[in-house]
Amino acid sequence: MAKTGVYTFLVCVLMGVTAYASFYIAPTESTMGLVQRIFYLHAPSGMVSLMAFMISCIGSVAYILTRKPKWDWLAVSSAEVGVAFCTVVLLTGPIWAHPAWGVWWAWDARLTSTLVLWLLYVAFLILRTMIDDADRRALVSAFFGVFTFLDVPLVYGSIWWWRTQHPQPVVFTSAGLDPTMRKVFYLSWLSLTCLMALLIRQRYELESSREELRTLEQELEAT
Amino acid sequence: MRLLANTTALLGKELQTEFRSRELLITTMFFVLTVIALFSITFDAAVSDPKNVGPGLLWLAILFSSSLMLQPCFLKERTNDTLSALRLSVGDPFAIFLAKLVANVCLLLITELLALPIFAVFFNVKIMRVFPQLMLVFLLGSIGIAVTGTALSAISSQARMRELLLPMLLLPLLVPILLASTEATVALLGENPALRLDWMAILAAFDLVFLTALWLFGEYLLEE
Amino acid sequence: MRRNARAPSESCETWCEADAVSERIGRPAGLKFTKIEKRFGSLYALRRLDLEIAPGECVALTGRNGSGKTTLLRVASQLTRPTRGELSFPGLKDGAVPAIGYVAHAIMLYEELTAEENLQLFGRLLGIAEPRRRALELLESANLATRATSLVRTFSRGMKQRLAIARALLSDPGVLMLDEPATGLDTESMAWLRNRIRELRDQGRTIVMSVHGESALSQLATRAARLDAGTLVADTRGGATFQSVFAVGEA
Repeated sequence: MAKTGVYTFLVCVLMGVTAYASFYIAPTESTMGLVQRIFYLHAPSGMVSLMAFMISCIGSVAYILTRKPKWDWLAVSSAEVGVAFCTVVLLTGPIWAHPAWGVWWAWDARLTSTLVLWLLYVAFLILRTMIDDADRRALVSAFFGVFTFLDVPLVYGSIWWWRTQHPQPVVFTSAGLDPTMRKVFYLSWLSLTCLMALLIRQRYELESSREELRTLEQELEAT
Repeated sequence: MRLLANTTALLGKELQTEFRSRELLITTMFFVLTVIALFSITFDAAVSDPKNVGPGLLWLAILFSSSLMLQPCFLKERTNDTLSALRLSVGDPFAIFLAKLVANVCLLLITELLALPIFAVFFNVKIMRVFPQLMLVFLLGSIGIAVTGTALSAISSQARMRELLLPMLLLPLLVPILLASTEATVALLGENPALRLDWMAILAAFDLVFLTALWLFGEYLLEE
Repeated sequence: MRRNARAPSESCETWCEADAVSERIGRPAGLKFTKIEKRFGSLYALRRLDLEIAPGECVALTGRNGSGKTTLLRVASQLTRPTRGELSFPGLKDGAVPAIGYVAHAIMLYEELTAEENLQLFGRLLGIAEPRRRALELLESANLATRATSLVRTFSRGMKQRLAIARALLSDPGVLMLDEPATGLDTESMAWLRNRIRELRDQGRTIVMSVHGESALSQLATRAARLDAGTLVADTRGGATFQSVFAVGEA
């Protein structure tokens, strides 16, 4: 308990430092000005969500092979956290795009891929709500989780290739990052990764407690 | 090899059952036609750029139709619990998937063979000169749709809201197929028709990856 | 009059043919359930069940609805994987699985196909030599030869049940699992069923059938057992009488 508390505090501190750095330490970008700072939230969130989805896939594969419920808990926890970070990417995109380029949405490779990824993992979560039996749900969603993760490189690859064939003006990058900017970017990435780990851990504990409760209820019923 | 024998026997059953009633095939064909017609009206095929917009709409029509056509695939095995009978009789459960997958590819190809000329008429495109290449694109695309669709049919037959669930799960998964097939089709219908090997490679990669995944993990879907 | 457990028949003809079928063996085998548990979500269908069935025994399994009979039969047929516990086949070499015939509540047949097509399909899948001949043979013994080319959709409940049993017998299994086989049968089919099960029992096959209390079928059994809430509560092998096993209020 205490350990979690300390870790949470550290994550908060780290996030605070990152926020400060994004606003005060990173230099202002020449063309876009203040709004560009959202990049320090937008891009790392994308990477962190991918990491979370990868963890989810590992959980899915491990569940299929071992059938231990803890892997299913890991799969659903990291999928939910991944969707959360993915949502951040999709929300910060338009917030950045509109003042900077005058459009709400641009079908560039990264944003398009993120959208499809978001759809896939939301589908994963909805699938889980449609199956009542816990073991069935775990197995079936593990299978879909594997399918989804196998699709990710194909989605990213095909969309990237599609954009290369039909190029658009490049948006959503901070091409040619200045060294200080780069440092802030990495700091943000680190703090968001720590946040991801914390959230996955908490969600996992919740799932584990639910299962424990269910087992206790059954044992009570049996007597 | 027992897997091959089992698959052939089951494939025979699947096709025989379908061709006896022809219900699924006819309904799917008319659905495809309806969707293509509606798309043509909405996007005003006469005015907008048919060669570039058309193929995307055609493939969308195919995708929507297949997500409906693939519903009964495993659902019908639940009526009299014939799925249990199959599981008890076959050696390798993958034979069940393989047979249904091949049957679905056949049904999809038949549907597409009908949709293609209608599409050519509505959108005023020349398909005959590139017909063999087009069929290759449709084959690879259909395999991708069938592999994922058959697996997801097994999944959705175990869940609630299955009529909505299958399309919801299938369509995002098929984005690479949609993109690659559309691009390949556009290239074949353009001024200088060319078979785009890069897009064909993506289609082939998709088919291979998911077929392998189905082979490795499919039997777990049939478990109780 | 109750019978003692019978030894498997000496004659090997039909089972030797089954040997050529696949890796599965068509000899009557015993079953051993060790601490079998099966959970469906938050519902325990079977709880720490221990049960041993000797080769050639004819067991009548009884119990209320929801006591776990169907689940037990499905676990035995290897259709349902137990959450915990082990099912083994004593007497067979390691890993070998006997050919098991399973008849369920559902008919497990394709209604859009004819009787003959159904049996031929499953025969081919099982890898039986000459599936057509075997199919016609089984249709003959099920009194369905005249309806061989009719769609199963047109069959009565009794006919469907006879065909379902024919399907279960395709691989000439040494072990049979019958889930309430008498449900919904008319008198003629019931008489046929009774004779058929007696025949199969006398051939020495291991039979486990779930029944609803004492009936014409349960009288054929050499042993009776009762399940309640997923556990074994009474067993004639453990010394209880047939009457006491079937006694408590039936569903």
